Amino acid sequence: MAAPTISSLTDHVADIDAGAHVTALGWLGGTAAFALGDGETLLVTGEEQKRVAAHPDGTALVAASDGKRLVTGGDDGRIVAVTADGGIEEVADEKGRWIDAIVAGSDGTLAWSAGKRVTARDAKGRLRQFEAPSTAQGLALAPKGYRLAIAHYNGVSLWFPNTDAEPERLEWKGSHLGVTWSPDGRFVVTAMQENALHGWRLADRRDMRMTGYPAKTRSFSWSHDGNWLATSGADAVIVWPFDKEGPMGRAPRECGVRHAKVSRVAFHPGALVVAAGYDDGCILLIRLTDASELLVRRASLEARNEASVTALAWDAKGKRLAFGTEGGAAGILTLP
Amino acid sequence: MADKIPVTVLTGYLGAGKTTLLNRILTEPHGQRFAVIVNEFGEVGIDNDLVVGADEEVFEMNNGCICCTVRGDLIRILDGLMKRKGKFDAIIVETTGLADPAPVAQTFFMDQDVAEKTKLDAVVTVADAKWLTDRLKDAPEAKNQIAFADVIILNKIDLVSPEELAEVEARIRAINPYAALHKTERAAVDISQVLGRNAFDLERILELEPAFLEDDGHHHHHHDHDHACGPDCDHDHHHHGGLKHYHDEDMQSVALTIDGDVDPDKFLPWVNDLVQREGPNILRSKGILAFRNEPRRFVFQGVHMILDGDLQREWKPGEERRSKIVFIGRNLDREAIRQGFLACAA
Repeated sequence: MAAPTISSLTDHVADIDAGAHVTALGWLGGTAAFALGDGETLLVTGEEQKRVAAHPDGTALVAASDGKRLVTGGDDGRIVAVTADGGIEEVADEKGRWIDAIVAGSDGTLAWSAGKRVTARDAKGRLRQFEAPSTAQGLALAPKGYRLAIAHYNGVSLWFPNTDAEPERLEWKGSHLGVTWSPDGRFVVTAMQENALHGWRLADRRDMRMTGYPAKTRSFSWSHDGNWLATSGADAVIVWPFDKEGPMGRAPRECGVRHAKVSRVAFHPGALVVAAGYDDGCILLIRLTDASELLVRRASLEARNEASVTALAWDAKGKRLAFGTEGGAAGILTLP
Repeated sequence: MADKIPVTVLTGYLGAGKTTLLNRILTEPHGQRFAVIVNEFGEVGIDNDLVVGADEEVFEMNNGCICCTVRGDLIRILDGLMKRKGKFDAIIVETTGLADPAPVAQTFFMDQDVAEKTKLDAVVTVADAKWLTDRLKDAPEAKNQIAFADVIILNKIDLVSPEELAEVEARIRAINPYAALHKTERAAVDISQVLGRNAFDLERILELEPAFLEDDGHHHHHHDHDHACGPDCDHDHHHHGGLKHYHDEDMQSVALTIDGDVDPDKFLPWVNDLVQREGPNILRSKGILAFRNEPRRFVFQGVHMILDGDLQREWKPGEERRSKIVFIGRNLDREAIRQGFLACAA
């Protein structure tokens, strides 16, 4: 597949057999933690692998990492935190209700949703609850301060869990599936059912519509400098400029164009390089400045809906990139 | 591409026997494993490992189409279930007694991710032989469920007299003459009549004849549909082997035949325009058409404004090239549809 001009990093990838759908992954220091469709959390530290039954007989539906724990929400209604050494803690139990979204802050803050009910848990373990107008499908923490963006039908609610004030409502008709908050706190962006993004510039509530995706955007990633937002859902990584006044009236960058859809994106934590996973299992690293590409993983020969890259994350230093697929393949790239 | 997981939608008014049928499906020794999506979690005992509670959140799609509603919760649940693929072979969605089946069905056509991994197999409606006639008068939901069905289980027939049964059957046929109908006690039906129907598969839409003319043999009475006319047409209609013939006041089927080819350049714009305008009133549509200069059959099926059509197998030698369409819906203007269709003749 790879054209001769593409340099390859495939020799630097250690393959891992995750054995089940990889729902999400996070780095806990030097340990890659994979949340799996069979309910287990797989911990990989160098050559060593350990499996923890986070949701016995269940499925990890969603997961988020705060850098110390991988917190999974399961179809058993439980929120379970797993640490790098295999320590396991049940954080909450929603009595069998499926967990729809989860988000973790680096300070230990956690929030999750089950149907309409959103629960925020601060670092000290204090719980606050909010009833969204419809199922809360996406959650994002504000970069500063204890505040949550909650994506639901017809808009987003911005909620301060520690106050009794009514959440602020950002309205836009339609079903909002996921949400992200820009690192500078100025923008909130959602992914919609109709294969489009919607954004709000919070200062003046100006709406932004970012359309033209052939599929739903399921993955967002901000560049380390906060100037760029990489998104999945097209047959290229679509990267929107969020410096200055934002993306209004400006065209996005399209990089990593292939005959497959981008399913996951992950910006490098220190350079303008974005990792892109595709629905055929291919993974590329793409430098934003000149669009040059490095091959991390070749397209898989599996059926396309088994091959899709479903999880992709850099470690904190940007030395290693872990990935997982729908069919249960996984791996770790260590940069040379 | 891996096989898509079939999904059966189970509807029926409160108390008709949905849960009885569901448990029958689940407990019969068929070797299939099911994921079951129910409307109220932990309701009546459902004998299955994998049972998921749904909220029945109906959303409008933001595409300017007012009847393009989908079930947001279903999209999420199906996505979640796909994470444990391999643990089940098929999915059954049970709706509440008051639910409109359309948003459930439309979810399988409107949402790309759902359409990639699953396929709608059939809408199965359980009806109570004793109370359906009353419900058809006072509950529009019950009428929707009958009109929408591919398979109707007319249950509790032991609680009615033969006359009452004939009456309720005629009421059903007045609304939906095309569904397969099974008369049962305690929802005892061969599950092969309920599952694996492929009712939305264009390859499987072979004939468009009213089901009561072909099914279980007791009212065989082939009439001649050479004229562009449906089973509900208002001239000189025969009674079907003693079956009463009713006209439902607001829900009807319109079936039209052209003995020969149609012009696709006329037909396709016409049918698209019709479902755009009348979509909210048209619950289901199907058609098998002979296009001029086209050796293959054109087959379509639709739910409200959503149409799915394709060229299918070739017309067989000796098979008469005919064009037939069927609409089931509310307050349909038969005459306007008839004239519009006839004008498409090649």
